[in-house]
Amino acid sequence: MSRKTLTRRQFVAATAMSSAALITAPYVRGAYAAGKLSIGFWDHWVPGANDSSRALVNEWAAKEKVEVSIDYITSNNKKIELTVAAEAQAKSGHDILQMYTWWPHAYAEQLEPVNDVVEPAIKQNGDVNGTVKYLGQAGGKWLAVPATPGSQIKGPCSRIDLMKKHAGIDVQELYPAGAPPKADNWNMDTFLKAAEACQKAGFPFGIGLGETTDSVDTAGAIFQSFGAELVNAKGDLTVKTDQVRQALEYYKKLIAFLPPDAPSWDDASNNKWLISGRGALIMNPPSAWAVAKRDAPQVAEQCWTHGFPAGPKGRFAPFLPYFWGLWNFSKNKEAAKSLLTYLSQPSSIEKFVAASGGYDLPAYANMTTLKTWVEEGPPKGTLYHYPNPYNHQTLSIAASPAPPKIAQQIYAQATLTKMALRFAQGEKMETALTWAEGECEGFLRT
Amino acid sequence: MADVVVEHGRVAGTTAARKGRGLHNALRRKSTMAFFLTLPLILLIALLVLYPALFSVHLATLNKSMQKYVGFGNFTFLFKRETFWMVVKQSCIFAITAVFFKALIGFIVAHFVHNIPAKGQRKWRGMLLVPWVIPPAMSTLAWLWLFDPSYSAFNYTLSLFGIGPVNWLGDAAWARFSVILVNVWYGAPFFLIMYLAALKSVPDQLYEAAAIDGANWWQKIWYVTLPMMRNIIAITTLFSLIVTFANFDIVRILTSGGPLDQTQIFATYAFRVGIESNDIPLGASVSLFMVPILAVAAIFILRDVSKRGNES
Repeated sequence: MSRKTLTRRQFVAATAMSSAALITAPYVRGAYAAGKLSIGFWDHWVPGANDSSRALVNEWAAKEKVEVSIDYITSNNKKIELTVAAEAQAKSGHDILQMYTWWPHAYAEQLEPVNDVVEPAIKQNGDVNGTVKYLGQAGGKWLAVPATPGSQIKGPCSRIDLMKKHAGIDVQELYPAGAPPKADNWNMDTFLKAAEACQKAGFPFGIGLGETTDSVDTAGAIFQSFGAELVNAKGDLTVKTDQVRQALEYYKKLIAFLPPDAPSWDDASNNKWLISGRGALIMNPPSAWAVAKRDAPQVAEQCWTHGFPAGPKGRFAPFLPYFWGLWNFSKNKEAAKSLLTYLSQPSSIEKFVAASGGYDLPAYANMTTLKTWVEEGPPKGTLYHYPNPYNHQTLSIAASPAPPKIAQQIYAQATLTKMALRFAQGEKMETALTWAEGECEGFLRT
Repeated sequence: MADVVVEHGRVAGTTAARKGRGLHNALRRKSTMAFFLTLPLILLIALLVLYPALFSVHLATLNKSMQKYVGFGNFTFLFKRETFWMVVKQSCIFAITAVFFKALIGFIVAHFVHNIPAKGQRKWRGMLLVPWVIPPAMSTLAWLWLFDPSYSAFNYTLSLFGIGPVNWLGDAAWARFSVILVNVWYGAPFFLIMYLAALKSVPDQLYEAAAIDGANWWQKIWYVTLPMMRNIIAITTLFSLIVTFANFDIVRILTSGGPLDQTQIFATYAFRVGIESNDIPLGASVSLFMVPILAVAAIFILRDVSKRGNES
């Protein structure tokens, strides 16, 4: 039996050669070398809009070698809110989860700070509006990344013909396509007169007085335009003030011109009101117009989305941003941040806006003049003023500037619309105010 | 000494044998076998019912941010809220009215069905059960379209007779009527089928004896049918009361608790406070408030049932 012996010189040479080969060999990455990432996106209303987010994520995943899985979660019947609550309790679930308005603050302790994503995005795309900062930031820390899909302004969408005929207002002249607004006279008084005229003509404004978000958002913007706050930024109760009284008086007058069943409206009711041709104006993002384009083109051709009327304390429009939250229990935070950075690039934002037919609104200042809003129609230019391109109005959310955890309860429990409705239905002003004060007092608990 | 050792060994051996026989006997006992056969279900119930129930008790004792133990703090807070007492009142009105009408309609229709000749009875039984077998979320959506604020099919029909429009879901009284109506529509078939089964078990001889004694139709119901059905009425009422108190889907879909919270009941209010307002401990407290109410009802009804059982 022969046995080949390895000399010391041969051993050293073999070791040196193997080491050199290992060091100089190219790094071959596996198909999913950078791990897995699970994402929960909001299931978009607009058909085909989910395709753009899927394509963008897949594009990024192929480049970064990350295995991704996406769930599209509907917001119907609060499903997405239930998912957020369940994952926060279980400390398990998606890595990235899309969150609505108040949720970043509600789950602040469980979210990974994302300053390293948002700050570069702001440098690149321009500053974000005050509402995005109010909802997405706490103590200088960005709780979540402003998301373009789902973010919306719920401003007026008027019928050009009916407003002209019955209220004598040419909304295209107030808000011309491709030019700054000429809406100095578009204020709460002219709005009220128009509401009365259209109601008398049989086409009342379709503004809900229910407990869902559309009703609350409109009430919020009107209250803010009178400077009315139920709880101020410091968390003090400010229900019994002259501003709140003025706002209530105004709302009572407005309610008299709204459809009698408005107290039972939900978020679909105003859409149906416009599409069926029964109303001259609703407060909504362009989803109602988009459906009308398909189902009632003669109505869609007469729709014009524009700015909110101004009140004594300014012109406010309801803005509802969505965010992408990254859980602090996520197992692949670096990959998640890389994806969120990618989704916040101007090219990605442009794709989101185009895929949603202009419904989705980026939070960034430099991204409000994209060609989608210029070109969408009919009528051409109908969405031109939707993204507030001239910063003509202050974008706000109902119940702000109260601390978000208090404001969320005022918002969710529809305290503003309930108070206005109580007063309009005959309750004394002081009784309605005392009721609202009692409610807000309860919301202050920690 | 040796005896003792032998004795000790024998005793020890006997004890082991007895133990073995004891286990063997225990396993052969019907009750032990029944316990093991039901064990998977018991474990499932413990996991899906007991654990969430205990967890919600735990949640109800925490503060809003769920970081501090507050004992009964959430309950004392709720007791001071006007809206909460309105919810308690509404839940009681909703549950009691709905259960009463479900029982009444179920009882009347059960009699009608019972009197239909056996040949055609199956067809009627099947048709009358339809509301109960459709998932309530789906059927309530259909009701929502019928009550729709602006395009109500009911209002359209009424307008043909020059009546209305009725503000079905926007007016507090009509909204309460609507949610109760849908609940009665959905739940009455359950009472119908239970009462029908009870009616079928009443011996015909009792009615014959009553007829010989000259009892009229009403007296037969009062002195024969109702006493024979008492237990089933009590059990179905309790069961329905529990389910109706905990109802969520019908109110959520039809009114979401509106207008002005005037159709808000325990489950919908718990959802509003717990999930939508992100105050999970308070939401858990609202839902747990049902427990003592239902426990008291259960004690009274079941005590009565067992009393009657002993009497018989």
